[in-house]
Formats: sequence, C-alpha cells, structure tokens
Amino acid sequence: MFEATRLECMRGDSRLFSEVGFLLEPGGLLHVRGPNGSGKSSLLRMLCGLILPEAGEIRWNGVNIRHSHDYNRALTYLGHLNGIKEELSGLENLRINCGLAGFDISEETAIDALERIGLDGREHLPVNVLSQGQRRRVMLARLLVARTPLWILDEPLVALDADAIGLMRSLFELHLENGGMLILTTHQELEIAAGVAQEIRFFS
Amino acid sequence: MSMLAWIMKRDLLLAIRRKSDVLTTLFFFVIMVSLFPLGVGPEPQLLKAMGPGVLWVAALLASMLSLGRLFAADYADGTLEQMLLCPESLALIVLAKAAIHWLASELPLVLMAPLLGLQFGLSGDALWVLTLSLLLGTPVLSLVGAIGASLTLGLRGGGVLVSLLVLPLYIPVLIFGAGAVDASTSGLGAEGHLSILGALLVLALLATPKAVAAALRISLE
Repeated sequence: MFEATRLECMRGDSRLFSEVGFLLEPGGLLHVRGPNGSGKSSLLRMLCGLILPEAGEIRWNGVNIRHSHDYNRALTYLGHLNGIKEELSGLENLRINCGLAGFDISEETAIDALERIGLDGREHLPVNVLSQGQRRRVMLARLLVARTPLWILDEPLVALDADAIGLMRSLFELHLENGGMLILTTHQELEIAAGVAQEIRFFS
Repeated sequence: MSMLAWIMKRDLLLAIRRKSDVLTTLFFFVIMVSLFPLGVGPEPQLLKAMGPGVLWVAALLASMLSLGRLFAADYADGTLEQMLLCPESLALIVLAKAAIHWLASELPLVLMAPLLGLQFGLSGDALWVLTLSLLLGTPVLSLVGAIGASLTLGLRGGGVLVSLLVLPLYIPVLIFGAGAVDASTSGLGAEGHLSILGALLVLALLATPKAVAAALRISLE
C-alpha cells in the first residue's frame, strides 16, 4: 500500500503545489495530469524520495519512505533523463541498471527483453549510435524484467512510436493485473485498463 | 553480483571506453613535471631539493583535472539519480566510485612518478619514499576531491570552483607527502610523515563518503 498525505512542494520561494494526497492499493493506477511546469515531475521525484516534501508524509506499507528499508527495493523510477550510458551497449546498460536496482539478470534474459522491445540485432551497439526512440527503449526494457511492485514513470512514452506505445500499454496492464502499482504522467491519450484508476490534476 | 560490484564494473568499463580522459591527465602530469628542469636550469642541488615538491604539486593539479569526471557525466545522463534510488547505501556507492576513479586516474600517476623523479636526480631511496607517499596520499585526494565535485554538480563554471574549494584541503597531504621525501633524503627517516599520511587516508575513508552522499542528495533535489 502506497500512501501520500497533504504533500507540499516549494521550489525556491514559490509554492508549486500543496495538499496533495492519495492512497494507492495493489493493482491501482494513478495518473498525474497537468500542463508543463505545473509540478508533475516534482511530485514524482518527491514520491521517489529524491525531493523532500516541505510538509506532509509519504508512506510505503505504513512506514515513512525516509525510514523504510525496503522502499528502494520495491520501486522502479524512470525519469525524463534516460539513465543510460552512451559508451555502453544496450545489453550492458540493461544488465548494469538491473544490477544497480538490486536484481541480477542473465545475458539471455537481457537479450530477450531487448528483442521484445524491438532492439533485436542492436543489443551490442553502443547507445550513442541509436536514435532517441531506441535509447528510450533501452531504458524501458528494464520494465520487462523488473519485478518491483511500484512503478513511477515520468513521461515514459516520449519519443516512442505507435508499436512501442502499444507494447508499453499492454505491459502496464499486465503489471496492474499482477497486483502492481503504477504512477505515471503522460501527455498522450492512453487508455489503460485498471481495477482502480485515480487521477491527480494540476492546474498552472 | 552485488550492487557495488556492478558499479565498479560499470565505471571500469567506462574508463576503458574513454581512454583519452585517462591519458590526458597522465600527459598533463608528465609535461608539467618535465617543464620545471627546463625552466630552472640543470643545477643538480636545486633540482634535487625541489623535485619532491614539484612532483607532488603536479599530482595535485592533475588530480584536480580529473575530478570533473567523477560525477558530472552521471549527473547529466540521469544515472546518478538511479544510484540514489539504489537499495545499497549511497556512502558505499561513493566509496566504490572513488576507488575506481583512483585506479583509473591516479594510479597511473603514481606509477609514472619514479620515472619522472629521475629527471630531478633523486636517489633510489627517495624515489621509493616518493612512490610510497603518493600511494598513500593520492586516495585522499580522490576522496576529498569527491566532496568538491559533488557540491558543484550542475553549477556553471563548476571546474574553477572545485579547485578553490578543494586545493586548500589538499595542503596537509602536500606538506606530509613532499615532506616525507625531504625527511628521507636528509636522513631523518620518512616513517613519521608516512604514518601521518596513512592516518589522513583512514580519516578520509571514514569521513568523506558520508559527506559526499549528503552533498549528492542536495545537488539532486
């Protein structure tokens, strides 16, 4: 169970948002919507623990995430930076990112995941020769092998083509079906079938 | 494989793929040290006296030059963000990264130093003490430098600021490092100086990772 109560975020002297709260149960989807600069990414970074809330509390299974020992193991966060290394190949990036997140995957699993996400034959190319969309796919391949219950995704569909968006949607639905939780922002229209869907809407 | 092993493997791979970075630092060190004998003339007594100091100052500056690579690239491409979310303690991650940084950027300088010391007419004993003092002192430079590198992440003109922040903190290492060689050539024995360098290393190993971790969290907020 993932819970946030009365969150407030200050950037410099201005208040970005306040009194934001929600309760997310297994299988629940939370869609954060709003115009550019309204605080969506800040909220997501706050939920990961990268930004400290000015007021309010974020709890994972009843424990404040700042004191929780298993929160980082339960979380997969993908931000708008790709988090991959240009000099390394897609395969190396995927395996290293999974290793850093606390679960090792074999080379076969990694190659299989990259193939499924549409990078077959390009697993060994250094990322700096890939296109924007392909780099994004390298990063998103992690979702195919992650077994974490909570996904926080900031604009995961940027630079993806229609096929990849379809693949992502079915992946999200599978994750929710299996009792995972999903928090995401996106400007695209995306219908995700979910048991419980909530929405937070920011205004500029 | 543990998370720390993955980080070390990653940083080693990156160091190998970006050989030019490592070589630039090394050549900077070599050229800088070689300029001094050309500049001050071939007076053996003078060269012998200033050799240890020149080598140590050059090592400090070369180490400054490589500090930018410690976190800046990871910060820019978002991998640092992922490290903060890694279940492993951030202080240990910092230690692992500093260890690989030392291995790739500083160890080559240490290995090159005795060869360069010959230009200054240093005796075999002095060369041995010089290498030993660099071996103990350069990890301190990496660790202390990591504080400066993490505090200036994302700032414009961060490179110059790092030198202003970090060079004063390098002074004790410089004094005892260059002092060790002087003490050994003057027959006093270098044990005292080397022990203090060792103590500085232990202190840096214990204190800096936590400070760097805190600075990284602030920089990424």
